[in-house]
Amino acid sequence: MEHPLLNEQHNLIRESVRDFAEREIKPLAKELDAKQQFSVELTHKMGDIGLFGMVVSEEYGGQGLDYLSYIIAVEEIARVDGSHAATVAAGNSLGLNPIYYFGNEEQKKKYLPDLCSGKKLWGFGLTEPEAGSDSRNSKTTAKLIDGNWVINGSKIFITNASSEISIGSSIQTVSNDENGKKEFTTIIVENGTPGFIAKTMHDKMMWRASNTAELYFDECKVPESNILGKRGDGSKIMLSTLDLGRLSIGAMGLGLAQGAFEMALKYAQERVQFGKPICKQQAIAFKLADMALKIELARNLLYKACWLKDNHKPFEKEAAMSKLYCSEVAKFVADEAVQIHGGYGLMKDYDIERFYRDQRLLQIGEGTSEIQRLVISRYIGC
Amino acid sequence: MKILVCISNVPDTTTKIKFLNNNTTFDSAGVQWIINPWDELALTRAIELKEAHAGAIENITVVNIGPPTTEPTIRKALAIGADNAIRINLDPKDAYSVALQLSEIIKKDSFDIILCGIESSDYNGTSVGGMLSELLDYPSVSAVSFIDIDGDQLKLKREIDGGQEIIGISTPFIGIVQKGIAKDARIPNMRGIMMAKTKPLQVVEPVSTDLYTDFVSFDYPKAKAACKKVDPENVKELVNLLHNEAKVI
Ligand SMILES: Cc1cc2nc3c(=O)[nH]c(=O)nc-3n(C[C@H](O)[C@H](O)[C@H](O)COP(=O)(O)OP(=O)(O)OC[C@H]3O[C@@H](n4cnc5c(N)ncnc54)[C@H](O)[C@@H]3O)c2cc1C
Repeated sequence: MEHPLLNEQHNLIRESVRDFAEREIKPLAKELDAKQQFSVELTHKMGDIGLFGMVVSEEYGGQGLDYLSYIIAVEEIARVDGSHAATVAAGNSLGLNPIYYFGNEEQKKKYLPDLCSGKKLWGFGLTEPEAGSDSRNSKTTAKLIDGNWVINGSKIFITNASSEISIGSSIQTVSNDENGKKEFTTIIVENGTPGFIAKTMHDKMMWRASNTAELYFDECKVPESNILGKRGDGSKIMLSTLDLGRLSIGAMGLGLAQGAFEMALKYAQERVQFGKPICKQQAIAFKLADMALKIELARNLLYKACWLKDNHKPFEKEAAMSKLYCSEVAKFVADEAVQIHGGYGLMKDYDIERFYRDQRLLQIGEGTSEIQRLVISRYIGC
Repeated sequence: MKILVCISNVPDTTTKIKFLNNNTTFDSAGVQWIINPWDELALTRAIELKEAHAGAIENITVVNIGPPTTEPTIRKALAIGADNAIRINLDPKDAYSVALQLSEIIKKDSFDIILCGIESSDYNGTSVGGMLSELLDYPSVSAVSFIDIDGDQLKLKREIDGGQEIIGISTPFIGIVQKGIAKDARIPNMRGIMMAKTKPLQVVEPVSTDLYTDFVSFDYPKAKAACKKVDPENVKELVNLLHNEAKVI
């Protein structure tokens, strides 16, 4: 692909991940979605090719690549399947990142190698039944008693937290100090800890082959050393994690849009009505032109945000813009792609039906479109 | 043992082929370049051999004859797992010039197993392997679909009409491989892509050669005739069409 921000290595990453996704994920995606089945085998294969720990340095088993490389990889998986893109995106940006950026040496050595190889997965527990967009309304508490954190509360919608290979989560807790001042602290809780239950959520509309969990903490005790970063760092960790997460969701939107566009174009070139392919009807041709245009713009915005991040410049506003724009482009493109497929687009035989469902999370997860607009408006001085 | 895999840089197999200048020059604008599929399978098998026989294979080199623009394709071969690469700095014009340049490289360095694809998916010449064998006076086996190390020898299989031929061969030799030599071409992993950046890629100037061929022009294949549907009940019409229109019976 010709793009001013892409080098030879980025193009080789795209080509390799595309080949992998087409060869390994595409043949299974429909069935895993239908059965709501998380695939350990495919997750391990994604690990073998190096899709986890992409930006983590090699000393912890990561791949040592830049953010743009990682984003291209997520984009290419999402071009073929949303669920597996979710496993990779959450694995990297929600699972690995908080430990990599905020963990101490001991924590990094203990957890990162298995997470970077894709052998194991890790969750990031922020959302609660009463704390979605309003994440500061967390009710999950952590009290430091006799050298242990005692955690009570629950989390909902936590990706990668309860699969057969999930080994723990970073949990956002309210850990008010002695004076009652509100503070947030992130604490590591391993699966299997007494008082902690991770329960898989079923019957999702989208991402059905991705693992989503509810987490329950009942007098769950973990050592004081399980703290991630410092006491009171919770908000900082959350904000930094979500800033990076926005780039991943942007990549999922862009990739999904690209995949849906390619399906729609191919269908429109082949489907004949009124004696000619429907892409020769101006109404359909203009839809495809708009889809191509929006994808191009989405890609430019997202890659620019990655470039800012990779060059150590402020990227938070552009990350929120990318998340918002790419996810809304995914919605537009998937919707128009179904329209182009006519009745067939509503049948499960056609992949576009799954893409249409999978795009719907992208305007909600990791900060809704409304919240992204709120974030952007603050950056521009409203 | 040292393996040399000859790779050629060809347009992606889905490329829409176009020509310029009165159909005398291939139009490379917008073309995505890949490793010739047979060569990629040969490289994959070479890497499998190196992994399966630790110590027996010390090095895998890939060689390509091409201008600097072929380097992304060579880097991909390094990312897949070749140890080092040579690019002979020449835009090759025909099979003979390719074989001659390759033979010069092989004369300079001693390779035990030399693998090349049975053909390249662009010009489909199927000539380089045989010419190379002649120029070097090395034995060659064509249409190889299996290769493994068997003691001091190599065991090869080739598909023949109605069966297989199993061949034992000593090094050095040239294996001209076909599909089946490896199941699927190996996809480079992220670590391989990172490592490829620092693996040696040596650029060698070509020796001078005479050209024995001259491309006059290219022709496109005839457009496929439109498909005619015949009612299954109407055998008479089918026979009539096969006789008079398709003229096949
Ligand atoms: C499949 C899936 C995976 C997920 N994975 C994770 C995960 O790994 N970790 C994790 O912590 N969370 C995860 N989430 C949770 C996700 O981030 C939240 O669902 C999201 O932040 C929205 O919160 P909510 O669902 O409570 O909606 P609410 O916050 O209740 O929002 C409802 C509506 O109100 C709007 N709204 C709310 N506040 C405002 C406002 N101030 N101004 C304007 N509009 C507003 C919202 O935009 C939305 O339209 C996941 C969710 C899903 C469905």
